[in-house]
Amino acid sequence: MKFDQPATTNPIDQERVVTRPHTRIEGPLKVTGQAPYAYEYRLPEAPTYGFVLGAGVARGRITAIDTAAAEAAPGVLLVLTHENMPAQGASDTPVPQQEDASPQLAGPEIRHYHQAVAFVVAETFEQARAAAHLIRVTYDVTPGQFTLADTLEEGKEPDDAADSVVGDFEEAFGAAAVTVDLTYTTPDQSQAPMEPHATIAHWEGEELTVHTAHQVVHWVKRGLAMTLKVPQKNVRVISAYVGGGFGTKLLFFSDAVLSAAAARVLGRPVKTALQRPLIFNNTSHRAATIQRVRLGADHAGNLSAVGHDTWTGNLPGGDSEPACEQTKYLYAGPNRQIRTRQSELDLPPGASMRAPGEAVGMLAIEGAMDELAEKLGVDPVELRLMNDVQFDPEKGPKRPFSSRKLAQALRTGARAFGWDGRPRTPRERQEGEWLIGYGVASAFRTNLVKPSGATVRLEPGGTLTVETQMTDIGTGSYTILGQVAAEMLGLTLEQVQVRLGDSEYPASSGSGGSWGANSASAGVYAACDALRRDLAKQAGYPYADAVFRSGKVWQGAECTELSELAGKEGVSATGSMTYGDLDEQFAQAGFGAHFVEVRVNAHTAEIRVNRALSVVGAGRILNPVTARSQCLGGMTMGIGSALMEELHVDHDLGLFVNHDLGEYHVPVHADIPDMDVIFLDELDDASSPLRAKGLGELGISGVGAAVANAVYNATGVRVRDFPITLDKILAGWDD
Amino acid sequence: MTPPTAPQGAAPSEGPQPVPATLPVTLTVNGQERTLELDPRVSLLDTLREHLHLTGTKKGCDHGQCGACTVLLDGQRVLSCLTLAVMHDGQAVTTIEGLGTPDDLHPLQDAFIRHDGYQCGYCTPGQLCSSVGTLDEIARGVPSHVTADLDDVRFSADELRERLSGNLCRCAAYPNIIAAVSEVHASQNGASQNGTAQPGAAQNGVGQ
Repeated sequence: MKFDQPATTNPIDQERVVTRPHTRIEGPLKVTGQAPYAYEYRLPEAPTYGFVLGAGVARGRITAIDTAAAEAAPGVLLVLTHENMPAQGASDTPVPQQEDASPQLAGPEIRHYHQAVAFVVAETFEQARAAAHLIRVTYDVTPGQFTLADTLEEGKEPDDAADSVVGDFEEAFGAAAVTVDLTYTTPDQSQAPMEPHATIAHWEGEELTVHTAHQVVHWVKRGLAMTLKVPQKNVRVISAYVGGGFGTKLLFFSDAVLSAAAARVLGRPVKTALQRPLIFNNTSHRAATIQRVRLGADHAGNLSAVGHDTWTGNLPGGDSEPACEQTKYLYAGPNRQIRTRQSELDLPPGASMRAPGEAVGMLAIEGAMDELAEKLGVDPVELRLMNDVQFDPEKGPKRPFSSRKLAQALRTGARAFGWDGRPRTPRERQEGEWLIGYGVASAFRTNLVKPSGATVRLEPGGTLTVETQMTDIGTGSYTILGQVAAEMLGLTLEQVQVRLGDSEYPASSGSGGSWGANSASAGVYAACDALRRDLAKQAGYPYADAVFRSGKVWQGAECTELSELAGKEGVSATGSMTYGDLDEQFAQAGFGAHFVEVRVNAHTAEIRVNRALSVVGAGRILNPVTARSQCLGGMTMGIGSALMEELHVDHDLGLFVNHDLGEYHVPVHADIPDMDVIFLDELDDASSPLRAKGLGELGISGVGAAVANAVYNATGVRVRDFPITLDKILAGWDD
Repeated sequence: MTPPTAPQGAAPSEGPQPVPATLPVTLTVNGQERTLELDPRVSLLDTLREHLHLTGTKKGCDHGQCGACTVLLDGQRVLSCLTLAVMHDGQAVTTIEGLGTPDDLHPLQDAFIRHDGYQCGYCTPGQLCSSVGTLDEIARGVPSHVTADLDDVRFSADELRERLSGNLCRCAAYPNIIAAVSEVHASQNGASQNGTAQPGAAQNGVGQ
């Protein structure tokens, strides 16, 4: 099925099941510990345990690796190093790939700290861990470049973030009545899902099965096949429950590759979970940025010049952190200049983390809008409303937004939050020893769709089974896909069983880039559409007249029970959704607004969030329960990015020093107040038959800027070097 | 699997005694007595997950930094990754599997579902065991960092947030978890109690 025309009336519009607040159908399994994550499957054969040893240097060559003591240690079955690693597919970059060969232990060259240098397999975890520490590695160390700020001159225009220039920015900026020219820095950040990257690999003859923690099943299936040099058809991947991803499980790492390789050598299952202190340097992270935002406006606040430059770094072949992306679409302005420069760094691989680009780009552009509003003496909400635009500002009115409720979100949020009662000037309001500040920011995240498929089977008895490779990484896929199928076939959610995350099922969009719910739902829609046609035909009703309701298919007053049509064998259909060029005809994005109140201690500068509100326009909200949780999660991670999250670079040794959950600070219960989410009524006809848009990343995109703006409102100190920690506020007070 | 055991036989007549490769441990797990021969290096967490196949208890960090491995040991919450099984011979452990089952949910498990107090579910067993322990601690009058009057420990959302802060949730179901636990506290104590600690009131969740 191809979605190449805007959606017209379809069965989802009934909204009998979809849009209803259903709790998660897999909930009882999760709250009782019965939902199996990758490392937790029990195979007929006793497993062996893998342990990854990471490199102790950031760049160089292994000149000697002594594994004799480890091999002689109790219980050890195998020690893999680059010297005895079986042949693998090659890659021209040290950055792990989504669906291409990503070899491990491929040679003596070290390209980043904690790169795997050895893999120990033993009868028990304790034996493998103890033996790994007996390995002695000698390196010839090469100096590396670990400091982004020292590479700005070398930066090149990356393939994935070409310059985007409209009009004459420099002239317009120079001529503007009011300008801001501000530089922001955002640090390296870690996705830090609660479930470590983990894999159980076992072979039966030439056929490999991996239970692995991954976001996109067909990617890791192909990638592992390419890496291990086996046909894709010989690889089965199961990711039925995934304990969070946030982008890092879009790629596959040493746990998967080395478990699979070792299991083949040993002829026994191997299970490996990356130890937490390894994850921060061994896997992926969000790369640091330096951003310069220049805005020029007339005295009223109408933007005439919009400039956003980003500098970022990565290993050779790695993607850029596209922090300018939102600035192409967010506000009007005839003269625009958006540029990214990427340099080579010898830090661990940078890759996707929740809302690549926007999550950190919005910190800059939305901070700059706040400073411009202050300079103009305009309400920051009004400044954003004034520069709202209903079409792609680069392409003009010929490319309208499919739907854009930024203005409504700002107005709704301002009213609900009590924006009118905000302190107008910094340090205006103090309660006891606490300074109170309010902040606002827009929310923006590009909407993406991906092809996705599913099989639906009407079972004997009239229930329905949905099968798709789609994953549920906490996003609510099990429930949402069940709702979509129930809606399409006129069943209740209880009559639908959903099976996910197995490469035996039709390929799916997987979970990433906020595309999951909408895309995978569209795949289920396509499969259900095929099944509905079969069933209507079987019942003898013209498809145009057939109505599916209450477990029956109807033509007028006449009906046939679905259980009757299912017969003894059941009836199944497979379908998939692909897309035309509607995403080119229309600019597509989720929009919203964030409002935050903070308190800052007048003596210590301790920052606390008092309350936060996100107003979200993301098309049809398929399930308000799971959607609200996605927004709360994004808001929380955004608060983390504003106030605490930072991988600290050792600029001499080239590693992230705080590589565990004790030292890499993520928000905890005590950091997060009760927060509110308001969903705007919106249907996006150009997005999919569901008329939905992504929202898993909208919550994080902008909220940190609202926090920063609130901190300024409370303290009078602008911190543009994220995260905003109390020492930076105190330094501002000292000045 | 059973780890290899040291050869049986006469101990050397002189010199240090060889350390046995395994030690016997008896634990009462979710009301059932379980006797195991364990490598003394095996954490309580890995005992549950790898030896008893109770994988509901999660390994998030193995360093006592995330709370996903929280279980109840003789009724009190502990981080099972930070303690060795052989240190707990004769003690009683309650895991998430012992709190309730899909067909017979503990009130907190039921509340977590209704309030969506989870997303990916990986930290959830730890959040739940920690919540059971927390309500009991408040009921027993154990103060926390945010307790205003050490002689009058009262339930509040801020007390919960403080006491549950050792349980990280990267999906950030925090507000929903607080709502779920608060509701269970209210239903177990009744509105008339006005939040005052009731000794023992929250202990009914700890099935031994």
